[in-house]
Amino acid sequence: MSTAAAERAVWRLARPYLRRLVGAGLLATATEVAGLALMATATWLLMSAAGRPPLDRLTVAIVAVRALAISRGVFRYTERLAGHDAVLRMITDVRARVFATLAARRGPAGQRTGDALSRLVSDVEAVQDLLLRVFVPGAAAALVGLLAVGGAALVSPPAAGVLAVGLLVAGVALPTAATVLTRRAADEVAPLRGALATDAVDLVHGAADLAAFGATGQALRAATGRADRLARLERRLAAAGFAVDAAGVLLAGLTAGGVVLVALRAGVGGVLVGVLAVGALAAVETALALVGAARQRTQLRAGLARVADLLAEPSPTADGTARTDGTPSVVERATHDVRFEGVVVRYRAGAAPALAGLDLDLPGGRRVAVVGPSGAGKSTLAAVLTGAVRPDAGRVTLDGHDLSAYPADELPRAVGGLLAEAYVFHASVRENLLLGRPDAGDDELAAATGAAGLLDWVRDQPDGWDTMVGEEGGQLSGGQRQRLALARALLAAPPVLVLDEPTEGLDPAAADAVLASALAATPAGHSVLLVSHRLSGLDGLDEIVVLDAGRVIQRGRHAELVTVPGWYRDQWLVQEAAERGYLALAP
Amino acid sequence: MNRRPFDPRLLRRVPAARRDLAVLAALGGLTALLVVGQATALATLLATAFDGRLDTGALAGFVAAVGGRALVSWAQGAVAARAAATVKAALRADLLAAVGRHGPGWVAGQRAGRLATLTGRGLDALDAYFTGYLPQLVLSVTVPLAVLARLVFADWGSALIIALTLPLIPIFGALLGWQAQAATERQWRRLSMLGGHFLDMVAGLPTLRVFGRARAQTDVVRRMADGHRVATMRTLRVAFLSALVLELVATLSVALVAVPVGIRLLGGGITLSTALLVLLLTPEAYLPLRAAGSRFHASMEGLTALDEALTVSAAPATVAPTATPAVAPAGSGEIRFENVTVAYDRTTALRDVTLTVRPGERIAVVGPSGAGKSTLLGLLLGFVTPTAGRVTVDGVDLAHVDLDGWRRQVAWVPQRAHLFAASLADNIRLGAPDTPDAALATAVADAALDDVVAALPDGLATILGERGHGLSSGQRQRVALARAFLRDAPLVLLDEPTARLDTASEAVVLAATRRLVQGRTALLVAHRPALLADADRILRVQDGRVTELTPATEAAR
Repeated sequence: MSTAAAERAVWRLARPYLRRLVGAGLLATATEVAGLALMATATWLLMSAAGRPPLDRLTVAIVAVRALAISRGVFRYTERLAGHDAVLRMITDVRARVFATLAARRGPAGQRTGDALSRLVSDVEAVQDLLLRVFVPGAAAALVGLLAVGGAALVSPPAAGVLAVGLLVAGVALPTAATVLTRRAADEVAPLRGALATDAVDLVHGAADLAAFGATGQALRAATGRADRLARLERRLAAAGFAVDAAGVLLAGLTAGGVVLVALRAGVGGVLVGVLAVGALAAVETALALVGAARQRTQLRAGLARVADLLAEPSPTADGTARTDGTPSVVERATHDVRFEGVVVRYRAGAAPALAGLDLDLPGGRRVAVVGPSGAGKSTLAAVLTGAVRPDAGRVTLDGHDLSAYPADELPRAVGGLLAEAYVFHASVRENLLLGRPDAGDDELAAATGAAGLLDWVRDQPDGWDTMVGEEGGQLSGGQRQRLALARALLAAPPVLVLDEPTEGLDPAAADAVLASALAATPAGHSVLLVSHRLSGLDGLDEIVVLDAGRVIQRGRHAELVTVPGWYRDQWLVQEAAERGYLALAP
Repeated sequence: MNRRPFDPRLLRRVPAARRDLAVLAALGGLTALLVVGQATALATLLATAFDGRLDTGALAGFVAAVGGRALVSWAQGAVAARAAATVKAALRADLLAAVGRHGPGWVAGQRAGRLATLTGRGLDALDAYFTGYLPQLVLSVTVPLAVLARLVFADWGSALIIALTLPLIPIFGALLGWQAQAATERQWRRLSMLGGHFLDMVAGLPTLRVFGRARAQTDVVRRMADGHRVATMRTLRVAFLSALVLELVATLSVALVAVPVGIRLLGGGITLSTALLVLLLTPEAYLPLRAAGSRFHASMEGLTALDEALTVSAAPATVAPTATPAVAPAGSGEIRFENVTVAYDRTTALRDVTLTVRPGERIAVVGPSGAGKSTLLGLLLGFVTPTAGRVTVDGVDLAHVDLDGWRRQVAWVPQRAHLFAASLADNIRLGAPDTPDAALATAVADAALDDVVAALPDGLATILGERGHGLSSGQRQRVALARAFLRDAPLVLLDEPTARLDTASEAVVLAATRRLVQGRTALLVAHRPALLADADRILRVQDGRVTELTPATEAAR
């Protein structure tokens, strides 16, 4: 999205707060005018006094000087508060909308980590800076410039001409130069900064791997080398950038000198020459604020474009959830019937399909296991059932209605559970569990946690349910993290429960015990779709489906499948042999 | 938290910045002289203009002073930016080196995310500190001194007023600034928490969706953002109040000086050029102090990042590095754990463990999750140091050996290998970038990774996303195995190598693992019965205690 379009998007967001923003702009103008008028009036006061008029001719000026001195600070204070208040209110909207947009995206949300996410946080702040540091001061500086030229024109049009030229250079030419220079610098610096951020993520999160393979030194050298290259580049760019500021200092002086020269030639009275000179100096310095604003604006453009792109996505309410009369609604009841009819899922064009025409019947209360080699499509099946992945062909129905017809936030009331790579939030055990069912009481928490075999651990923690699990669940071992995720799914207890490898990372004895207690904890009328690579503990299930390369190659109950030749029997024998080998250790 | 506007630790840590800072100070002195010169010339110019004459000498002097200021301000900016770049590069190197020096255990405890952010975006906040604040800090010393010196000779009464009111700015600044500083610190933490929460929330979005909580969580985000707004406004009301007081002190002082001078002009007690000089110089005396004050708030973020970076990188290593680390023993040596206890903050992972691993032994480690199995491997890798007791190899204490040399003797397959944002080939030949293609191909085949490579668009040259995005867990595990094969080390540590594999690929990997452990000492943390079949001994870890699982005790289980 272009910068102009992104800025228009910001204005649309700012619309509810426009009056506050305009007020802040006017207050900013008043602040600058008061400062300029203070110096001009003081100069008039002194130079008039040098002519030794009677004191009463100076009284107004004396009062004005004191009043301006006070009002400037007060204007500034109110302007800053008003501006920040308006913009921060708007930012609250932006943050919530950015999250809502991301939340409304169906399908696997793109992996956003490290760099991408910290960028998201600062991108949102770009909106704030654009208004507070670019538009409000920019508008005020332009207005003050116009007022100053107008005022000077009343005294001496030629001097006003000189001032206008100075202000145009200060307010247009120099900001343009600053924009060009900043843009060039940013284009050169940004890729290096991004790469450095990735380096930091790799070095920090991959510290163990690097250390174990003796690659820490090499990675450090690469990252430090990049930091040095960045520093060299920044040093090189610094000289050019500050030339604009130097030109601004020079311009202010030259404009004041030019105004004196022209005013004297035009025969302006001595007192007013002084006022014009001091006023011109102050006016140009005010206009130079636009240089800083131009720099800010340039630095913000990439972030703004990203935020605007994000917010330009179809608004959350329009995302397939617009309620029409034809939209089915999840009726609160204990059982739901699910059917897969010829479901095809293909992640990449040209690649082999993850699911190739799958049929599966899961009536209410039925318990089905899906097994098969890794990559057979087991997790895809679970993802399709929860609506995270949409079929490319065929359909999945819930109580006769196509799954995609249900509103995204209603479906979880019927279908849900434990999916692959379940996320554990940086929060307490309790908060992580309550995601499953927000109104659950301690008894329910204990029941679900007990079924997942984590209750003893929770009871052992000094903080109990309020134990923090750390960043990405880092305070937990792999098995504890898995049990916590399972407990959350059991607490949610949707009528159609999906369990994708619920015992992954547990040792065999624990895995068998947890699977048994989890199935026992599931209410009788609820359907279960269990995805597993292990064949233990499946003898109580109503049906076992063997998937291979996205197709069903075998189906039946455990007792039947072990008697007929095929993948299931082979695997069962391999596993039995391994288990017998294990047992054979005993005399 | 360091409250000073300049952190002296900086000069010690980054000596390269000293010269730039000295130049900055000299330029500050030069600026002060030019400010006085410019005002003097302008006052003369205007005083003669009062009589309708043009003083060409004064005009030339004024232009020359302005030109000089322009040059000096350019030099100040450039030097400050150079110093910023130098310091950032040095601090980044320090931080990264600290990560390398302290090792993985320390990093995990340091809130990895914060560390990564600090090294990246956090330190860039120093730009504002160096180019915006530091030059003003210098000017806030040199310019008022020069102005006072000039005015004492021109009009000592005005100089006295300025001298009396000037200190009010730092005094008010300090009084109001402290509170603003504390508030800013709180805000910084809140911001990083907000960043953390945002990251957490967005990273966990698929999970939130499964429970239908994604939309509901939008309200949580809104509440957090609104809390952020309220907290920020509270900070700003105070921060802006200090700016208001400072501005009032400065502008009222102008009025305080200008009005009496005007009245004395009426009486003829002072010349016009002196009066104008007083008027022009008075605001200049306050300006740098106020600018420094207002930019101090703006550069707080940079100072906080600086403080954090200096503190983190100076954190003493948990293990004092031995002056001359012992030469690493051979990985094929006899390994002994002697009464080893490992205690973490909250739990004790291992209690008084004594065991011997004889060369060439294949040892399986079983036990419930969280029992301390990974800690056992961490000790052998040097990631974890014993709280009590010691681990020796051929009698040499691992705490005193050259760890890099020792780790070269070890091949490790972790539970969750970190994959880097680099090519698949570079991920496999981690730590051995010069591996010939043939050896790489062998390792790929050994780890049963060849079909994965064949399916990738660019094969081994495929660039992986951040943290290996694009590969499944099973595929990542096989990349980790390929790393271990390539390492060709006498000691092999495997942490549940087949946990993420189905039984068919497990058989393939198992065969490869057998090849890998052939003729080597091996410790395998095992979850699957298949891994136990080949073990010479089985150790059982439970509640931090290690017992030998002989067939007899196994029968008793």
